[in-house]
Amino acid sequence: MALRHGELRQPEMTLGQKIWQINWIMFLLIGMCVGVGLGMQYSAANGSWDPWAHSQLTKYLVFSLGMLILALVDIRILMRYAYIVYILSFLLLVVVEIKGAVGGGATRWIAIPFIGTFQPSELMKFTLVLALARYFHKLSYEDVGRFSVLIVPALLVAAPTLLVLRQPDLGTAIVLCGGGVVMFVLAGVRWWKFAVVAITGLAASPLIWSMMHPYQKRRVLVLLNPESDPLGSGYHILQSKIAMGAGGLVGRGFTKGSQSHLNFLPEKQTDFIFTMLAEEFGLIGCLALMSLYLVLMVYGFGIALRSRNQFGRLLAMGCIVTFSFYVFINIAMVMGVIPVVGLPLPLVSYGGSALLAVMFGFALIMNVYVHRDLRIGRQGESNGL
Amino acid sequence: MNPDKTKAKVFTRRAALFMGGQTLVMGGLGARLYYLQVLESERYAMLAEENRINFRLIGPPRGFIVDRGGDYLAINVQNYRVVLVREQAQAAGGIEAVLEKLAKLIDLNEHTVARVLKEAQSRLAFVPITVAENLSWRDVSRIGVNQPDLPGVSIDVGQIRHYPYGENMAHVVGYVAAVSEKDLTGDPLLELPGFRVGKNGIEKHYDLALRGTSGTSKVEVNALGRVIREIDRQEGQPGREIRLTLDMRLQEFTANRLKDEKAASVVVMDVHNGDVLALVSVPSFDPNAFSEGIGAAEWQKLVKNPYGPLTNKAIAGQYAPGSTFKVAVALAALENGIDEDHSVYCPGYMELGDRRFHCWKHHGHGRMDMITALEQSCDVWFYDVARRVGVDRIAQICNRLGLGVPTEIEMLGERSGLIPTRKWKRDERGQPWHMGETLVVGIGQGFVLTTPLQLAVMTARIVNGGKAVRPRMTFPVPGFGLDGKPLSEEVQLEDGTSEEMSPEQKLVAATEAAGSINPLTDTTRPDFEDTGFHPDHLEIVLRGMDAVVNGVHGTARKSALRFADLTMGGKTGTSQVRRISQAERDAGIRSGDDIAWRLRDHALFVGFAPVHNPRYAVSVVVEHAEGGSRAAAPVARDVLEEVLRLQGFATADAKANDTETGGAG
Repeated sequence: MALRHGELRQPEMTLGQKIWQINWIMFLLIGMCVGVGLGMQYSAANGSWDPWAHSQLTKYLVFSLGMLILALVDIRILMRYAYIVYILSFLLLVVVEIKGAVGGGATRWIAIPFIGTFQPSELMKFTLVLALARYFHKLSYEDVGRFSVLIVPALLVAAPTLLVLRQPDLGTAIVLCGGGVVMFVLAGVRWWKFAVVAITGLAASPLIWSMMHPYQKRRVLVLLNPESDPLGSGYHILQSKIAMGAGGLVGRGFTKGSQSHLNFLPEKQTDFIFTMLAEEFGLIGCLALMSLYLVLMVYGFGIALRSRNQFGRLLAMGCIVTFSFYVFINIAMVMGVIPVVGLPLPLVSYGGSALLAVMFGFALIMNVYVHRDLRIGRQGESNGL
Repeated sequence: MNPDKTKAKVFTRRAALFMGGQTLVMGGLGARLYYLQVLESERYAMLAEENRINFRLIGPPRGFIVDRGGDYLAINVQNYRVVLVREQAQAAGGIEAVLEKLAKLIDLNEHTVARVLKEAQSRLAFVPITVAENLSWRDVSRIGVNQPDLPGVSIDVGQIRHYPYGENMAHVVGYVAAVSEKDLTGDPLLELPGFRVGKNGIEKHYDLALRGTSGTSKVEVNALGRVIREIDRQEGQPGREIRLTLDMRLQEFTANRLKDEKAASVVVMDVHNGDVLALVSVPSFDPNAFSEGIGAAEWQKLVKNPYGPLTNKAIAGQYAPGSTFKVAVALAALENGIDEDHSVYCPGYMELGDRRFHCWKHHGHGRMDMITALEQSCDVWFYDVARRVGVDRIAQICNRLGLGVPTEIEMLGERSGLIPTRKWKRDERGQPWHMGETLVVGIGQGFVLTTPLQLAVMTARIVNGGKAVRPRMTFPVPGFGLDGKPLSEEVQLEDGTSEEMSPEQKLVAATEAAGSINPLTDTTRPDFEDTGFHPDHLEIVLRGMDAVVNGVHGTARKSALRFADLTMGGKTGTSQVRRISQAERDAGIRSGDDIAWRLRDHALFVGFAPVHNPRYAVSVVVEHAEGGSRAAAPVARDVLEEVLRLQGFATADAKANDTETGGAG
């Protein structure tokens, strides 16, 4: 049988072989993104490694070790524990709901002694993809066509999304929901079903509007004409656009951006770090970082296509699209194309939770790459082994 | 088909769709970036620059006010304030702790502490908050020594207006105070915290000249407004120095001379050039209280004072001139064909219809001519003359003498007095004029009202040879008109500057022009118009005024100058008080003593010296002091003696005569 054939070509790999199979180019690309981030954090602190860049570098080093280790774990083990991981991160979200510290008008964090704060919703974005990949892996194309099998994954998506919306964290909710939808699409759910959901959603939008926080409503409204209210909600967008525009083609020079350094830019080391890059390195710098991101996405896409098991394909593609959501939402937000929803720029923004989550996602992708030739049966058993 | 193959195929197709979508979105974002950073870059760069750069005003130092000899009347002194910066105070446990320590060094009441704490909450952490002002040097040094223990506390040196002569100068110089809503003219300087503007007197009249122009400091600020660094600085122009015609020594002497009077005013002026050498109004107030910030209680005390310390009586007090008015009536008689020998018999009264008009001397003066009528102040002679000349012709002469019209002195609050005419009564009162009223006007009573300054001007115009002299308080201020407003560009060029000069050069030239005025040697006199009176007529009135002081029966013979070779002329006046002034009524005077005082007659005197070459005119009004010869003439004598001494007309040996003639007077 065909499966047997694959198995013959794919005996169990040794550790050394696995290390050899790690996609080191992707590792390097991630490192470059983090490097850009460290540079901007250094500038945001007015040319100082403290308080951000130094701390972020330490985190990166620890996380990259973790990333490599996770990449080497047998993909079937990942598959076996996918739901457990999902449940664990979901429980963390519940903990936030129960006794989270309040920060920035939203309860998003839990305090961990000696380490600091952690935002479980970041990790949730990738554990959701993991769980959905596990779920859809076992379904045939025909199975996916049945309505009843979609109930469980829909709940998997809905539960964390609603919790996150309650925090309230619109940005993360969009990424979670979007990531879920992407997994549905990739798994082969028929297009008309999406159309039905979309129409229903549009019809329900007035209800959603009424449930939104006043500050969120204001942000959406101000988006339509941010310059009308320069000191109110539109202030952040306007200042961000000014900084970007002032950067011009080549920027005002490293650590020389007046908008950033005179604090006209809000949260310049986190959500608005792209603006700072735009001010100090101009269009050239922005396009360079965006190209880096695009190359990473193409790599992720390639890895997904290259995988010979559905689990790996879904996992890699789900992670890379989730990653791209981060990128697009953040950049569009700071350019004033979409409302300010509070989402970091992956790998570049200061902050441990997002870095951990994104590197976890890349670890999964790298894991898929290492095990790209492994064929896995419906129930997760490696055929014949 | 292999179900897994189908799954993989669907996956590949859909994943490719996503990849394409991602690339498209990335391209879209890139295009948006291109729009922001290339097409719109210039606009945003400008906005960023506007964000970053802030212009701050630098308040110019206010110009000084000096007297004719250069003595300082209004200056700026350093004002030490203690300020607290919240963010720096954190090091010592917050501002509460720091204030507690500070209270042990200087006097801080609970009210102040509460105010500072409240202010600290509403201000940004780096904004200094003023804790206390007007610190003594002792307080300053105590804080200085303990500075290491007081993080966030520092001494700030500001400027405050100071008037070294205090209340002796208050009415002339005026005072400055905080800018009020109605002072705002759009000049951004006025919105500087702590800025003071002139509120009265010369301070107000020449406020624009004294103020100067603001400088600007171009600073880089952050989003909270904290100054990061100064990029450029443009110093402003300090305010102009204003030189008064006043002689501080005379002013002080006069004020001291009046210090026992309840309410009085004196004006001394040069009869030729109009220089006002002294202008005193008592009671007065301390202008320093205003620049330091006057308390509500203190202000109420001033407002409620029945003697009106806030009113400059020399220009805003309107009094019936009484017999001092007779000099004007005498001139009106001469100008209207009545000669000095015009003879009237005074039986002590004059009858008009069925009414009797009394002379102040009940038994009568007997036969009077113009000189004796002036000398003895015979009312009957003037009733007769007034009846012959008529009120309208008297009014015409009075206006030419400066009565009934504003003198346009460079001070606010001047009142124009009143010289009645038939038309005036018809228009204002809607009643016809009665002949009896003409008689009353003839002795300076009735409707006639004059200010002490007007009386001095009247005297000056009679004795200076017929020039329509106008009083002035200040020497010309380069670039500013007598009205205190800046002159237009062309007029400014006349004072030694030219078109080609830069603004800085113009200022230097103008300042030099101002500095070159030496009031002690400057003989240039403003060209005044002729009053058009016949010189002989003026000479006759002057002789009559000579007789008032130096004649055997003169009403002011006891107040002759105690100099061997210099004499003064003048005219006494006693004006009836008919009405209680509004200020008095408001003050609610009820005690018997006060009522008696306010019903008494005003004592007046107008005079000049020396008689043979008149140079200085004086007018004195002592409210409710009864006789002009008894209460006002001696003041005029002392003041004229002092001005002659100060200006070098009389030598020091006059002192020796002092006791001699003093006994006789």
